[in-house]
Amino acid sequence: MSTRTRPDHRSIAFGDWTMNPVEAALTAELLLAALACAVAAVAPASMRRYLAGIATIAMAASGIVAGGLALSGHSGRLSAPTALPTVNLTLAPDRLGGLFIVIASAVTLLAALYAIGYVHGAADSRSAWLAFILFTFGLQMVPAAGDIITFLLAWELMALGSGVLVLTDHRTRPQARSAALWYAVMTQLSFLLILAGFAALASVAGATTFDALVTVSPTSTTGALAFTLLILGFATKAGLVPLHIWLPRAHPEAPSHASAVMSAAMVKMGVYGTLLVVLRFMPGGPAWWGIVLLSLGGISAVYGILQASVTSDVKRLLAYSTTENIGLIFLAIGASVLLASYQLTAASQAALLAALLLAISHAAFKCSLFLGAGAIVAATGERNLDRLGGLGVRMPWTAAAFGVAALGAAALPVTSGFVAEWTLFQSFIHGATRDAISVAVALPVAVAVVALTAGLALVTFVKLYGIGFLARPRSQGADDAHEVSHPMRWAALIGSGAVIALGVFPGPVAQVLASAVGIGDVATIGLGGLSLPSLGVLLDPMALAITALVCALPVVVVSALSARRHPRRATELPWGCGGARVSPRMQYTATSYAEPLMRVFDDTLRPEQDVVVTHATESRYLVAQVRYRQKLSDVIEVRGYRPLLEFVDRLGVVSRRLQNGSVHRYLTFSFVALIVVLIVVSL
Amino acid sequence: MNWTATAVALLQVLVATLVAPLVIGITRQTRARLEGRVGAGILQPWRDLRKLLRKETLQANGVSWISSIGPIVVMASSLLVAALLPLISTVALPFVPDDLFVVVSVLLIGTVAVALIGLDVGSAFGGMGSSRHMMIAALVEPTVLVAVYALSIPAGSSLLSSIVATRLDAPAVILSPVSLLAVVALFVAVLAETGRLPVDNPSTHLELTMVHEAMILESSGRDLAWLELGSWLRLSALLGLVANLMIPWGLATDATVLALVVGTIALLLKLTVFAAALGAGEVFLAKLRLFRVPELLAGSFVLAFLAVTASYLVT
Repeated sequence: MSTRTRPDHRSIAFGDWTMNPVEAALTAELLLAALACAVAAVAPASMRRYLAGIATIAMAASGIVAGGLALSGHSGRLSAPTALPTVNLTLAPDRLGGLFIVIASAVTLLAALYAIGYVHGAADSRSAWLAFILFTFGLQMVPAAGDIITFLLAWELMALGSGVLVLTDHRTRPQARSAALWYAVMTQLSFLLILAGFAALASVAGATTFDALVTVSPTSTTGALAFTLLILGFATKAGLVPLHIWLPRAHPEAPSHASAVMSAAMVKMGVYGTLLVVLRFMPGGPAWWGIVLLSLGGISAVYGILQASVTSDVKRLLAYSTTENIGLIFLAIGASVLLASYQLTAASQAALLAALLLAISHAAFKCSLFLGAGAIVAATGERNLDRLGGLGVRMPWTAAAFGVAALGAAALPVTSGFVAEWTLFQSFIHGATRDAISVAVALPVAVAVVALTAGLALVTFVKLYGIGFLARPRSQGADDAHEVSHPMRWAALIGSGAVIALGVFPGPVAQVLASAVGIGDVATIGLGGLSLPSLGVLLDPMALAITALVCALPVVVVSALSARRHPRRATELPWGCGGARVSPRMQYTATSYAEPLMRVFDDTLRPEQDVVVTHATESRYLVAQVRYRQKLSDVIEVRGYRPLLEFVDRLGVVSRRLQNGSVHRYLTFSFVALIVVLIVVSL
Repeated sequence: MNWTATAVALLQVLVATLVAPLVIGITRQTRARLEGRVGAGILQPWRDLRKLLRKETLQANGVSWISSIGPIVVMASSLLVAALLPLISTVALPFVPDDLFVVVSVLLIGTVAVALIGLDVGSAFGGMGSSRHMMIAALVEPTVLVAVYALSIPAGSSLLSSIVATRLDAPAVILSPVSLLAVVALFVAVLAETGRLPVDNPSTHLELTMVHEAMILESSGRDLAWLELGSWLRLSALLGLVANLMIPWGLATDATVLALVVGTIALLLKLTVFAAALGAGEVFLAKLRLFRVPELLAGSFVLAFLAVTASYLVT
């Protein structure tokens, strides 16, 4: 790729070339990606994970630098000519793009660090490493792209790499093949929709660079068409209901470091795309855009977390929770668009800020959770929560990382998730108006949706942590678990550290985020607290934490004094209602934990339950055996996709009659086609 | 301002902690008298606490650190709520907003800690209580947030101290349909959050019905003392909030000594009345079946939602 010089920037000179810092960092990233691919391809199998892992880390680090520079306001442009005379491939990240490059690179860095300790077997193969490097490279290039062609190429690279990663374990897990197929189909659908949307925009703008696309009016028919197509495409990638169907299949099948990147960063490219549409290409969209995004996000949030709360497979649960989180982000973007269309600027900006806070918060905790889930699977060989338990004592580091990340996912103070939801809630409260009916109706509903989602997220993550890490092991695998290797635990711990850091010092973070989307009215107060002066609200999590510690102090002192007189005494089971602990199977499992919710939301979840009672031969009144079976399938898949697929299948069977192998028939077809073309041309 | 606000918060924490066992004592005593029993006296909860703090703490084999830290977390979260809520005075801590979302989240920390304690022992009862408890907590949250959303619209702020101060300035707001609906919804949510009838029966140890008691079944000694005091404190603080929303008079709006003394006395009076009313009310209530609780909560959610709607229709 050759580099065109841009002499008008602060620049570094290389002989004839001059480059500004962003361009230099992007060039370094391109070179490092090529290097990483080469290393992965030629490194001996025994050294592959170290060498390729370090090379990927280097690539991700250069991505963080490039993104950070773009985010701080540096601009740069790398262009490469293609075979077509007017089309250049362009990398030109703006501030928003820079933010998403940083998210993608940071997640990649942690995942690569984790992979050094994690990969083995198929996941350590040459092709898996190449796929991982190309996938994460494409991921970092999507937000760097400055024109449609580059964007779509990077998008496809990302899809292709991740598709191969989903297939990694296909030899041992046949489900991986069907998951990869679902993923491939949905991701191609997403690609086609985005392509069509961009085509609609480009047809009016007459050019393919992002800077040229801004000429399209959001209220025009083309604007509406492009919005619909692009949002559907991006929503598919983001895993929103009802297009989420690939997500709970593909994320669990990919190796955990890949699922972490897919879930924490890749689906976020759908968010980036949506922000491109509503902020960069067609700012000032009409109110119905807001309503569409709000409903899409709200439905996804509730549906996602409801499915997650009753799921027992650890990785599937996390995948559904991704649908929930991305739903919340879309809900916030929708609220922002809606409020902006009624000139409620301050509230609209707060909602947008909340969307970005939710995005980085989700990247941090979901990365850590998926890495932790990978550690659980690696240590126990189990991914079904019903067969886990007692891991807190056996894997203390993983438990700590996982626990903090789960707190972030449940949006409890003082984590990043809490700050994000607080900001969202503030925007709802200060956006209340009686002048616009749609706002007056949408906001309370949104409050209820966010609250229900937060409540269910709490159940989900208490279940996930409580059943997985507390109590007694429910299987031999869980009983034999040991702490995982250093790279694995450190990657998860760093992710959790970010969850806390973002939650304790939200002020500076929010200021950076606000600068990425051109919001000025955000300030830092106290010890890194967040203040939104135009709404007159503030939150200083550090002060909250200090107050909490002050409150806890006397309790700790009294406990310590009491402990000196009476140290804790361990016993088999203090009370047990008079009984003794018999078998770990008598504990509550994840399935039983979710049973009350399953009953309450019976109409939505529609579980299939089967109770078979076998009577003793002596008497009908004696029961020999009771077998209980419960199967939970995604309602949308069963009710929506299956009928559609069956219809397409039938269509395929019918259309087979067109092709009977007879040359005469094919000649007739060509002849008829020719005549039709001639008629059309002559009209 | 900084130091006075801190002093006020400390006073609130101190008063609430001292009063919380008495509030429970009054509730139990009222109930006992109305049921024709003598009752243990309103000081009995205090005596129980003293006894528990002196006893040895037992712990099941193989439990994690949650079982030892959890009770302290529960207690600290309740203390923090008492510091944040406008109980005696509307003077709020600087930098730590008594924003409703913050208060609810702090309460939820306590909720989560109890739920994890329930799971940690690995007995069937703990898991059962924890599962039910979290289901109720999840379903309560929409009611609480929407109810406070309705209350915050007239005040233009989600800070509880400003909401209460607005009501003190313009008492007519209290009897508006918005406020009545929202406060009733909030009250139902408080009953559910604190495990009172008809959602949970605090005096039961029947396996099929207990929720809160099932989770703390294996706790003993100081662990149990913190869990009990924490839940009592949570009840007193939330009752105090509802009381101040309904009858804001007496609440100190500045941090003078006289105002604070009046505020403390007013809080004590309000809590006594509310505790006695709660005890009396519980005599006439039976616990709802667990799977009828969502219907109750849905009802209270509808009230809260009506309150929001009314806030747009009625000025």
